Amino acid sequence: MSKYLITIGLETHVHLKTHTKMFCGCATEFGSEANTHVCPVCLGYPGALPVMNGEAIKQCVIAGLMLGCEINHYSTFDRKNYFYPDMCKDYQITQMEKPLCIGGGVTIDTPEGSRRVRIHHIHQEEDAGKIIHYARHSGVDFNRCGTPLMEIVSEPDLSSPDEAMAYLHNLRQILVYAGVSECNLEEGNMRSDVNISVRPEGQEELGIRAEIKNMNTFKGIYAALEYEIERQLYIVKKGGTITQETRRWDADLGETQSMRTKENAHDYRYFPEPDLVPVTLDKEMVEQWRAALPELPAARRERMVKEYGIPEYDAGVLADEKPNADFFEIAAKLCGEFKTLSNWFMTDVMCLLSESGKTITQCSLTPKSLAELVTLVKKGVINGPTAKELLPELFNDGLMPAKMVEERGLAQVSDSGALESFMNEVFEANEKSVADYLAGKKAAAGYLTGQVMKLSRGKADPKLVNKMIAEKFAGMGG
Amino acid sequence: MSQSIDVAYVSELARIALTDDETKLFQGQLETIVDYVEKINGLDLDNIKPTMHGQVSTNFFRDDVVSPSLDREAVLDNAPARTDSEFKLPKIVEDA
Amino acid sequence: MEDIATLTLAGALDGLKKKEFSSVELNQALVDSIDKKDGDLKAYLKMDPEYILKQAAESDQKRAAGDDSSLLGVPIAIKDLINVKGESCSCASRQLEKYNALYDATVAAKLRYAGAVFAGRTNMDEFAMGSSTENSAFQITRNPHNLECVPGGSSGGSAAAVAGGEAIAALGTDTGGSIRQPASFCGCVGMKPSYGRVSRYGVTAYASSLDQVGPMTKTVEDAAILLKELAGFDPHDGTTLDVKVPDYQAHLTGGMKGLKIGLPKEFYVDGSDPEVSQAVLKAVESCRAAGAEIVDVSLPHTEYAIAVYYILATAEASANLARFDGVRFGHRAESPKSVFDLYAQSRAEGFGTEVKRRIILGTYVLSSGYYDAYYGKAQKARTLIREDYTKAFEKCDVLMTPVSPTPAYKIGEASQDPLKMYLGDIFTVPANLAGICGISLPCGSTRGGLPVGLQILGPAFGEERILKTAYAFEQMQGA
Repeated sequence: MSKYLITIGLETHVHLKTHTKMFCGCATEFGSEANTHVCPVCLGYPGALPVMNGEAIKQCVIAGLMLGCEINHYSTFDRKNYFYPDMCKDYQITQMEKPLCIGGGVTIDTPEGSRRVRIHHIHQEEDAGKIIHYARHSGVDFNRCGTPLMEIVSEPDLSSPDEAMAYLHNLRQILVYAGVSECNLEEGNMRSDVNISVRPEGQEELGIRAEIKNMNTFKGIYAALEYEIERQLYIVKKGGTITQETRRWDADLGETQSMRTKENAHDYRYFPEPDLVPVTLDKEMVEQWRAALPELPAARRERMVKEYGIPEYDAGVLADEKPNADFFEIAAKLCGEFKTLSNWFMTDVMCLLSESGKTITQCSLTPKSLAELVTLVKKGVINGPTAKELLPELFNDGLMPAKMVEERGLAQVSDSGALESFMNEVFEANEKSVADYLAGKKAAAGYLTGQVMKLSRGKADPKLVNKMIAEKFAGMGG
Repeated sequence: MSQSIDVAYVSELARIALTDDETKLFQGQLETIVDYVEKINGLDLDNIKPTMHGQVSTNFFRDDVVSPSLDREAVLDNAPARTDSEFKLPKIVEDA
Repeated sequence: MEDIATLTLAGALDGLKKKEFSSVELNQALVDSIDKKDGDLKAYLKMDPEYILKQAAESDQKRAAGDDSSLLGVPIAIKDLINVKGESCSCASRQLEKYNALYDATVAAKLRYAGAVFAGRTNMDEFAMGSSTENSAFQITRNPHNLECVPGGSSGGSAAAVAGGEAIAALGTDTGGSIRQPASFCGCVGMKPSYGRVSRYGVTAYASSLDQVGPMTKTVEDAAILLKELAGFDPHDGTTLDVKVPDYQAHLTGGMKGLKIGLPKEFYVDGSDPEVSQAVLKAVESCRAAGAEIVDVSLPHTEYAIAVYYILATAEASANLARFDGVRFGHRAESPKSVFDLYAQSRAEGFGTEVKRRIILGTYVLSSGYYDAYYGKAQKARTLIREDYTKAFEKCDVLMTPVSPTPAYKIGEASQDPLKMYLGDIFTVPANLAGICGISLPCGSTRGGLPVGLQILGPAFGEERILKTAYAFEQMQGA
């Protein structure tokens, strides 16, 4: 039984973080009422002309620089002709001949070590509108039409669904770090077309590929790849041939399906866009942008280890999402308790994030409130359990811990006089446990500590209580 | 040298349904025109740069500042079919 | 008031300023004139007296309040492919019969700013594709000098209106001669500015790298006045250039002395109507007699211009006209069975024959396997044509040529043979390919009484040069 090699390439479309569309001043805001962000340009009205959003060009170039691309100092736009009701002009303005960025890559970790997945190029284009399907008709909303997109085209360097995931994960991370896209998958900020082929080991040329179009969840891409690999292997092993075609992922059925496309569907009749003059980027400006680039995720992890003395593992978890790392670093500077803070973030905060389905920027927790909480524990004002009880209110309601402690009288009791009287009360009420301890059952001390804590309504300093109980037993000859 | 133009294929690509008579008429006329325009093959065009625009300039940008959009009612009223908020189409059953 | 038939833009402005007549009186006279003549000429697709007179009354109020905007109260006829907010803009196509313009083209906004009255929508070849205005979906416009003849095209409605006493001035568009040729056929002045001189924003595109809006007027002075209002950088059109707009009227001085006029030998060959050649050569002779120096120049790639033009223009048009798909505006076929049918049927019903023919040609030259053979080569050949003109203008200030090989022909005479019709654009198309400016003005007439036009070409952004030359010639003619 011969072995088969799998080849995957990705074309990833990413929404840029501009206020306005690629070629007109309509807002790019997500979630507005249908057809309220439209104008003659993005509706393709007769006579309307596109004018380039300079900020979009800059963001695309910054993405390219972050991904190690060469920047084309002379770049042009083309028309890609195809009829579809979501494309207002029935051609898309894109870059075919001279895209903004060439080459570059994304490093991924694989079981065989880390590897660079090459990028073929990045070009700038415009998004289409949205078609909504109803029982008896379809509707079109052009709000999204004209939103600036960059398309990042990988080389076919990936050989498994896991590698594709690693590539997308790292690509997304870099783009978020670059500040050029939210890469919000739910809002369709990042959508991929996947090219996939299989071939027997030893065969030089790639197998015939199928393209799966327009997928916006990583989970979906993974499942689609797994399915499609199985499908192609099944056909090839039976001696069949793969048809070069476009397929669609049906998430409900868990399968890819052939899209019935017209034979001429790919005759796009590209030609230079006469309405847009070329973009020339002078070297000096590009170098200025390069000098001002934000840190890459890997560099940030390294720096966080060095600067805060936290373990590499912690730095990896924190830096995975840029907003988390930003949050941590602000809080760290406020409280100075780096490892404790990291523990708080990685366990309690992340737990709340995953339960609520929110991101750190969406919840009400602030670096200041978390730093304050950690400081209160560190100073012994409150104990750990009290702090854990407060956290959800910080997270949900944006309350500040010091104020809560004060208003609710939650400060830890470390006054030995008060603790002494709690302890005496417990010893009197639990003669059996005291006797057990004295008889050698040392575990009974824990129970007694718990009772003291209970009496103090959780406010006693547990360490101090332990110590006092031990001393009392010692005095009793235990 | 003359390439033959497949009017049926091209009109499908252009999304224009031609009658048989039109197809026949255009087939003949367009062959004549294509034959004529092939006279550019008589030019030596090696090392000549293409002209892609009506004038030579570069870098025409717009600031990333929101400008007013059109009134939705007016926009939808211009459409041959509409709903309250969308352009209305027959149900889409095909992919492309 | 002077008859609308002879009233110039300069004259109208003067009369309004001196309060010899009001804008309402002026526009009422215009409406009366259109009512009287348009039954024959059919220059207008739409003319709404109420709308015109309302604008006129408003401009009279403004003038009374001290407003003296440059075109205040003067009616300007508009070719029906320029968007004016709230007006129709059918492009003489069934496709856009019900389309309502929701925004102002930049040239419309500029006219509005200057206080002009939007006088009516003039007929044209559908989507500006044609040279005779016979391709209008709605009506055949007739030549004011002979009702059996075409007015030329595609801005035939504007030309007939201006020359036929139904307009003081009009806007046209010129992609391959569509201002200059009808001006020549009808006997008025028509100017195609350099590419990038006037904004195309809001002007329904035929061929984006060739289209320009320009004035169609009774005199060169009027062309200068109107061009000054239209020209200039537009943030909505990335192909306009940020070059200062001269006061063109101030350049209308001096005679022919010191002027170097080039005669491109490729424009004086057999095949032109002898009456046309004679009239043009006579005009050149009179310039020489008046002190101009005449030099021979060569534009060796002229013979390729038609081929290059019909590849590039139709290719661009095939994309520009894709948007007429029956989704957002325009005609939609009844109960299409699929999205493909929605497109194919709506477009089949909405477009006329010439538009279909050009879209199919343009689609073909871009289609898979043919791009390099046609579009790629045509773009390179365009470079050679541009270079011809650059070299020619090193030897002379302006070029003088015929506008069209023939005078106006009979309605129906040429429309059966598309290639023959295309070849008639030979003298006008190169200016669009080269991006330079040109003007057509009357220089005589045939024995049959049809006007003959003289074309004066100048380098890119050399509008004042051709206006100056044309003005000097016009003065000689008048004298």
